[in-house]
Amino acid sequence: MGKQALSDLKLVEYGDFITAPYCAKLFADMGAEVIKVEQPGTGDSARRAGPFPNDTPHPEKSGLFLYTNTDKLGITLNLETALGVKVFKELVQHADVLVENNAPGIMDKLGVGYETLKQVNPSLIMTSITPFGQTGPYRDFKTTDLITFHMSGYGYVTPGGGVDDPDKEGPLKAGGRQSEFASGLTAAVATMFAFLARKRTGLSQYVDVSMLESMHCLSLGPTAGYLYNGKAPNRMKYGMLGSLANLPAKDGYVCVGLFDEGQWLRWVEVMGTPDWAKNDVFKDRLQRSANWDVIEPLMAEWSKDYTKEELTERGQSKRVPCLPINTTKDVLESKQLAARKFFVKVDHPEADIVKMPGAPYKLAKTPWLLKRYAPLLGEHNEDILCGRLGYTKDDLVKMRQAGVI
Amino acid sequence: MRERAKSKRIPGKTDGLPLKDIRIADFSWVAAGPWATALMAQMGAEVIRVESRRKLDICRNQPAFADDVPGINRSYFFNIFNASKKSCTLDLSKPRAAEIAKKLVKISDIVIENFAVGVMEDFGLGYDELSKVKPDLIMVSISGLGQTGPLKNAVCWGNNLHAYSGLTGLTGYTDGQPRQMGGTWADPLTAVTATFAILAALHHRDETGEGQHIDISQCEATMAQLPEALMDYAMNDRVRRPTGNMDEAMAPHGLYRCKGEDKWIAIAVSNQAEWEALCDVLGNPNWTKEERFSYELGRWQNQDELDRFIEAWTKEHEHYEVMNLLQKAGVPAGPCLDAEELYKDRHLQARSHFIEIEHPEVGKRPSVAVPWHISGVPSPDYFHAPTLGEYNEYVFHELLGLPRERIAKLIEEKVIY
Repeated sequence: MGKQALSDLKLVEYGDFITAPYCAKLFADMGAEVIKVEQPGTGDSARRAGPFPNDTPHPEKSGLFLYTNTDKLGITLNLETALGVKVFKELVQHADVLVENNAPGIMDKLGVGYETLKQVNPSLIMTSITPFGQTGPYRDFKTTDLITFHMSGYGYVTPGGGVDDPDKEGPLKAGGRQSEFASGLTAAVATMFAFLARKRTGLSQYVDVSMLESMHCLSLGPTAGYLYNGKAPNRMKYGMLGSLANLPAKDGYVCVGLFDEGQWLRWVEVMGTPDWAKNDVFKDRLQRSANWDVIEPLMAEWSKDYTKEELTERGQSKRVPCLPINTTKDVLESKQLAARKFFVKVDHPEADIVKMPGAPYKLAKTPWLLKRYAPLLGEHNEDILCGRLGYTKDDLVKMRQAGVI
Repeated sequence: MRERAKSKRIPGKTDGLPLKDIRIADFSWVAAGPWATALMAQMGAEVIRVESRRKLDICRNQPAFADDVPGINRSYFFNIFNASKKSCTLDLSKPRAAEIAKKLVKISDIVIENFAVGVMEDFGLGYDELSKVKPDLIMVSISGLGQTGPLKNAVCWGNNLHAYSGLTGLTGYTDGQPRQMGGTWADPLTAVTATFAILAALHHRDETGEGQHIDISQCEATMAQLPEALMDYAMNDRVRRPTGNMDEAMAPHGLYRCKGEDKWIAIAVSNQAEWEALCDVLGNPNWTKEERFSYELGRWQNQDELDRFIEAWTKEHEHYEVMNLLQKAGVPAGPCLDAEELYKDRHLQARSHFIEIEHPEVGKRPSVAVPWHISGVPSPDYFHAPTLGEYNEYVFHELLGLPRERIAKLIEEKVIY
C-alpha cells in the first residue's frame, strides 16, 4: 500500500475529451495507476483544444489535455482491429476499473462491451459516462457542454440576480465546461461507491452515469422549489434575489452578499451611512428585495471610486460577505492561493513548465500529488505492451505497421 | 476493533449498500456539507445531523415551502438536501454539549462540518480533540477559502466564492460584464468533490486503520473545473472574458428562440457533417449555400448572421420539436428546460430520476434519485428528511445510552436544544 489513498487501484481509461479522462485523473492524482488508451495518430481530442503556449497549436502542449491527464500512463490502441481488442482485454483483465465515455452501444460494437469484459475480468467495475445514460428515449442523442448545461435546469435560471427582459437576456451558460467536468467528478464518486460495494461482495459492477442527471443534481438549489410549490423559477424570480450585487470598482467588480439585517446595516456603515439608505423604503429585507433595482445603482455610484481590494477589506472588516470578482490574472496572483499552494507546476518534455490548478482537497495523511505530466501520445506503449503484456519490440513494429498502435 | 452501536434501521433496507456500516456525525449545514452526506446516506450510511434551535440551518426557512406554507420542516431545500438523514438537537455553544458530541463521534466513522474556520475548535470539537476520542476518525472541514491562508477567516457565501474563483468573471454575455450563476453552484459541486475525497479516505482507513483530517476549500473545488482559462493566463498572460453562449471553435453554437414565451433551444454544431445535417433539417434554404457558411471558420466568423438565419427557423417550432428533429439527424441540440419541464421530461421519467418520499409533515413529495445507476446497488435508501430533533430519543438514549432523567435535565438546560 503506497502513501496515497488510492495507490492500490488500477484503472484503464478509454475516454475522450473531458468526462471519462477527468474521472480517471481524479483517481490518478490520488495514487491510482491509470492507463489511458488513445487512438493512434490523433489521440484524445483534448489535444486539439488548447490553450496553447503562444497560441501555437501542438498536440503535446494543449492546456486542457495536460491538465485532464496528469499522473497517467498513456498507450495507443485501435479497437477497430482484432489485435487492438485483444490487447485491450488483456489490460482490462488486470484492472479494477474501466472508465469510458463512448456513445451507448459503441463498446458492444467494438467487442468490448460489459458482458464480454465481465468474462475476462469477473470482478471488473466498468463506468460508462454518456450524455443521457445507457437507457431511455434520449439514449442515442448527442450533447456538448452547452446543451447539457441548458437542459439541466441551470441555464434557464442563469444569470442569477434577475434580468430586466428575459427575451433580451436569454439563458446563459457558465464560463468554461462545467457540465463536462462535473459529470466526470460525479462518475468518480459513483465508481468509488461501486468499488466499495465490490469490496463487500467481490462482484463486478456496471456504473451508468448520465451527464444530464449529474448536472441536474447540481441545479437543485435554484430549481427544485418547483417540486414543492408547483412554480418553476426563472431568471426573474429566485429566493436569493435582492441580496446579491456585483458592484463596479475602480479596477473591476466585487460581489457583495447581504442576506440578513446585520449584514445590510454593516454594509451601510461601510458605505459611510449615506442618506438614501436611511429611507424607510429600504428598511427590511422584503422591501429591499422589491426595490433592489433602485438600490444597486445607488451602491454602484459609491463603490466605483474604490478598488476591489479596498472594497473587500472594508467589507470583510465589518464581517460583510464581500469578495472581488477575480479575473484569471487575479486568481493566479492571489496571496491566498499562493499560501495554499493551490497552483502546481510540472516539467513537461515538450511544453516546458506547465502551471495548472492543483488539489481540490487536502488530505492530511494521504495527500493529492502531481507526480507526472500527462503522457505523450503512446509514451508507454513499450513499457506496457512489452514490459507487462509480453509483446516484443518486433511485435510493436508490426502493430504500428498494421495501425493497431 | 470499532464500536458499533445498534442503529435503528428497517431490516434489509440498507443491504447491499456500500456504506451500510458507516455512521456519519454531520455538523454541517446549508448545502456544501449536507449534499455530500445526503449522497452518502442514500448509499447506506447512517447520517446524524446535529442541529440546534439556537441557530437553525437557514435552509429550514428557505422558500419554496410545501404548498407555499412556511415551516421549518417544509422547505424543499432542506428536505431534498437532507433526505435519508436523522436529526438530533444539541446546542454546541453550551459547555456541556461538547462531551455529548464526543460520545457521538466516538461511535461514528466520519465527522463533517462547514463552520467558519476555528468554530469547531472553539466548541472543543476540533480534529485534535476528536481524534483523541476516535483515533481513526475521518474528519472533513469544508470552508469557503480553506483552513489556512490570509483569507481563511473571510466571510463568504457561494456567490462570493464563484467570484473569487474566477468563474463569475468568465460568465456573462458578449458585452463582457460578469454575471452571477443562477444559484448555488459551488456548494453542491464542493459536496460531490468532498464525497470523492471522503470515500478515498474511507478506503485508506479500511486498508490501514488510519483516519485523517480533510481540508476542503469551496473556491479550490470550483477552480479545479476552470483549467482552460487559468492556464491561458499562466501560459499567455491572457485574461479571458465572458463570451455568452459562444464556443471557441464551434458554430452554429448558442441558444435560439423557439415558439412560446422564454423558450429556447441549444444547438452546437462541431463538424461539417453536422452542419450539412442541420441544413437538411431546415430544408436547405438558399442562405445555407452561401460560401461564407460553407466551411467551419467562415461559420464561426459570421456566426451573428448565421444565428439570425437559424433563429428565423427555430422561432416557428417548439423547443422539444427542434431537439427531436435535429437529434434524429445527428445534430446535437437540446431545449433549455425549466423545473417543470424537467420533472415531466419523458427521458428523466424513464430513467426514474425523480422519486417520491413520504414525509411526516408535508406528506408525499417528489425528490431526486442519486445521479448514477450501479448494477450491484439497485436500491439506494431514500426516506424523509428529518424534522428538527426527530431522533433525539434514538440518538441520546438508544445510541449514546444517556438515562432518560439526564436527557430531561439536558433539555431543561437547553443543552439538548
